[in-house]
Amino acid sequence: MNDLSVNTAPVVAGVHAPKMVARALDFYYGDARALRRIGLDIAEKKVTAIIGPSGCGKSTLLRVFNRIYSIYPKLRAEGEVLLDGENILDPRYSLNRLRSRVGMVFQKPLPFPMTIYENVAYGIRHHERLGRGEMDARVEGALRQAALWDEVKEKLQKSALGLSGGQQQRLCIARAVALKPEVLLLDEPTSALDPIATARIEQLIEELETEYTIVIVTHNMQQASRVSDYTAFMYLGDLIEFGETEQIFEHPVQKMTEDYITGRYG
Amino acid sequence: MARASAHRYRTRAVKNAVALVLSFAATVFGLFWLVWILWTALGRGLAAIKPSLFLEMTPPPGSEGGLLNAFFGSALMCLLAIAIGTPIGIAAGTYLAEYSRRSLFGETVRFLNDILLSAPSIVLGLFVYALLVRPLGHFSGFAGSVALALIVMPVIVRTTDEMLQLVPGPMREAALSLGVPQWKVIVQVLYRSARTGILTGVLLALARISGETAPLLFTALNNQYWSRDLTQPLASVPVVIFQYAMSPYDSWHELAWAGAFMVTLFVLALSLVSRAILLRHKVPS
Amino acid sequence: MPSDHIVRSFDEELNALHQAVIGMGERSLDQLRAAVAAFASHDGTRAAQVVKGDVEVDAMEQELDARAIRVLALRQPMARDLRQVLSALRIGTEFERISDFAANIAKRALAIGAAPPAELVAEIEVLSGLAGKLLEQVVDAYRSRDASLAMIVWAQDERLDEAYTLTYHRIVFWMQEEAGRVPAGAHLMFIAKNIERIGDHATNIAESIHFQVTGSWLSEPRPKGDTTSSERIAGPA
Repeated sequence: MNDLSVNTAPVVAGVHAPKMVARALDFYYGDARALRRIGLDIAEKKVTAIIGPSGCGKSTLLRVFNRIYSIYPKLRAEGEVLLDGENILDPRYSLNRLRSRVGMVFQKPLPFPMTIYENVAYGIRHHERLGRGEMDARVEGALRQAALWDEVKEKLQKSALGLSGGQQQRLCIARAVALKPEVLLLDEPTSALDPIATARIEQLIEELETEYTIVIVTHNMQQASRVSDYTAFMYLGDLIEFGETEQIFEHPVQKMTEDYITGRYG
Repeated sequence: MARASAHRYRTRAVKNAVALVLSFAATVFGLFWLVWILWTALGRGLAAIKPSLFLEMTPPPGSEGGLLNAFFGSALMCLLAIAIGTPIGIAAGTYLAEYSRRSLFGETVRFLNDILLSAPSIVLGLFVYALLVRPLGHFSGFAGSVALALIVMPVIVRTTDEMLQLVPGPMREAALSLGVPQWKVIVQVLYRSARTGILTGVLLALARISGETAPLLFTALNNQYWSRDLTQPLASVPVVIFQYAMSPYDSWHELAWAGAFMVTLFVLALSLVSRAILLRHKVPS
Repeated sequence: MPSDHIVRSFDEELNALHQAVIGMGERSLDQLRAAVAAFASHDGTRAAQVVKGDVEVDAMEQELDARAIRVLALRQPMARDLRQVLSALRIGTEFERISDFAANIAKRALAIGAAPPAELVAEIEVLSGLAGKLLEQVVDAYRSRDASLAMIVWAQDERLDEAYTLTYHRIVFWMQEEAGRVPAGAHLMFIAKNIERIGDHATNIAESIHFQVTGSWLSEPRPKGDTTSSERIAGPA
């Protein structure tokens, strides 16, 4: 795609006191470069959405934020990603610590094949030793935060696989917030759900925003417009524009951004 | 135009009907033989299906008796084979699925495993004979178990490999993103996901080895008397059937048919059980 | 009360939009009443206040527009939510025009001073009372999303038009008696016309309210009682 408009430098409005900062971030699948010198601020306790057409690198970028790519041998990242000022890409930064601070929810609701209670407790158990009463309280707290408690409090010992799709996804969110992370990464969390379940999750995101910094990747830009405070538009591995959501959707600066959100991109 | 397409439609309808009839006939043909085998086995062995079948030992030529020692020997060796072959099979299958999914090494191992899977069981028996019978100077139930384990192992490897690969990637990532180390993810999450499939694999392997004769011929041989000693020859149902069927004695023939019927019934029951397990634990999509 | 959206902030935004429109309506009603009161009592200070107040109303309209555009851009409203946003945009424009007319009345009040006779002042007051009533009712109709109340307003504009026609003739008659009265009479004419136009805009608002609530536009043309524009003038005597 050599058709980038005259102004090819990304338009990136800065954010005051960001929680996470990506600086000169490059990402490689083997020899192929998937992300090009990404520089992005993630505002604390706000929702930042990353949008763009398929293959633009938004999911790749998200996966750098908790280094989940590190289990695959051919993938590597260069540059810096700072969490509260510390570079999490540094091999000396403990993965364990990173993942207790940055949680992730995936596209397809995938509860573990265990009871509802166990699903939520599983991650906690690995990091902390809690007595029965404390664990119960933590599980309840997480389920309440995920707006699921009332629906499952009577059947915590039942298999999680018996829940509906929307409930399963909220369970996955409960599973992630149970670790009390600071940042939540959501990778197209509602693309497998029907509109009502989607709306419920969007309401949930607004509630979670008061406590967590949220980064959401979505191929549904209307969802980005509804739910986020800041939006980043990516294209083929480049960050094209970043700014407050209202500005991006009412008067974007880059023509490419406008083409994409008006549906002229094709 | 309409008439041409109506004609084409009619041709297709006729072809459809012909295919339907032929496939139905093929099904009936296959079922026919199965039913006949079962019927024959039952009919011929019915006279021997009485309590003494399960209470008495294999008799000397011409006498009446039972198959108790054979049932016991088979059970013992099959269980031991499963106990040996399953852990090795699961471990190898896990390695293939989790650490070696697309590498040359992994593909080579899978290829070799497939060869082992379809190796003639008599070859396996001969191998164990050379390894465990000749050097030690005598046949043993243990050698028989090892031969059977060599049949079980590749089945489990294949099943485990495939079942683990069926678990969606994001499930691994979800567990890892909670900070759980990889080995724990495998044991606590992936095995749980795949356990139904693996269990079914084990049951099917059991069904297969319960009827294997050739490997036992060179390893466990046979034993006329009641024995629980794995270091010595041990009776087994398939070998007894082999021996008795070729004999001239009617009482032995009856027992052979009864044994054949029991083995068939056992395999049938295992298949039904594994099917029931699969149905009950089907993951809602 | 309509049932709530699953995402509560959407309700909050629509509510804020609703309140913004009501706010504009109440403000423009205040402007009208203050302008006519200033005219009737020859109160220059009050009239000047009305003129300045129009700037605020313009700012309110811009804010209303920004809110509406934000909801359109970020929420993709459908059905009655969409109609609410579109109506808010139209009605905001109408209230802004009404406030402009009120400011114009205040300006002319400043210009005209104490010149007009008491009976004509009373005419204007009656006229403005009718218009004010229409405006008040239309704001109520919007507040409670009441299409039938909006329809009542829509029909009553005819009465205001007829009253205007009467006032028009009285002013003409007053001017014809003495040529020196014409400047003052011209202002009075404009004041009366402004009031009548306010009534027209109120009925526009009523039509928008009807659309917002029912989803359909009115098919019949509005009943008009103002015939002054079609009366033939006799040639010079």
